[in-house]
Amino acid sequence: MNMLHTINKSPFENSTMSSCIAMCSQDSSILFIEDGVISVMKSTKFSELIENALKEFKMYVLKPDLEARGLSLNNVIEGVEIVGYDEFVDLTTEHKTVQSWL
Amino acid sequence: MSEDGVVKKFMYVNRKSPYGTIYALESLEVVLITAAFDQDVSLTFTDDGVYQLMKGQQTEGIGMKNFSSTYSALGDYEINKIFIDKESLEERGLSLSDLQELVWEDEDEDYAEKSSINLVSRAELSEIMNNQDVVLSF
Repeated sequence: MNMLHTINKSPFENSTMSSCIAMCSQDSSILFIEDGVISVMKSTKFSELIENALKEFKMYVLKPDLEARGLSLNNVIEGVEIVGYDEFVDLTTEHKTVQSWL
Repeated sequence: MSEDGVVKKFMYVNRKSPYGTIYALESLEVVLITAAFDQDVSLTFTDDGVYQLMKGQQTEGIGMKNFSSTYSALGDYEINKIFIDKESLEERGLSLSDLQELVWEDEDEDYAEKSSINLVSRAELSEIMNNQDVVLSF
């Protein structure tokens, strides 16, 4: 697979998430970690952007970061895959390169 | 009253999600220190700061200290003016029921338990902020 993007910032705080989605190429994936997990929650003002982007890219979110923030797994947008650290490692090896957005 | 009798109105403005940065924890620590000096302290949670009060935080998986239970001690330090920005909750699809309840005991009313939380609009926050002597942003 092409590229794995990791996003660790809240979409409310800066434009990392929207820039990443705008620059993401086909066959790439996006993994949301740390404060980035806020991006994939239902009923926020960014939910629609994520739902549309899901038609083009695979998206993953790191479970321990959701749990730490008290964000319910049931409130993750459908189609976003919830993963643990093991799958995080697998994703980095399955993709050709990793871009860690800051 | 503090030693020289000067009591100032301090407001702490919390704008960041917990755990991603150290701001939330640092703010909480400074708040408790200020309270020990008998100052008039109020707290605002706005923008991503509203996530600090989310119920059900479980930090074992990220190997960090879960400090969310400390907020419930604020009432014991006579910190009972907590303002939550309504618009910030709304744009995150959250409501007050997603947040922990914070209470204080009113010694003038036989220690009746009262809520410390005030849900306010940004317009109201603006006015409340204007009435402070010191505003610290985290």
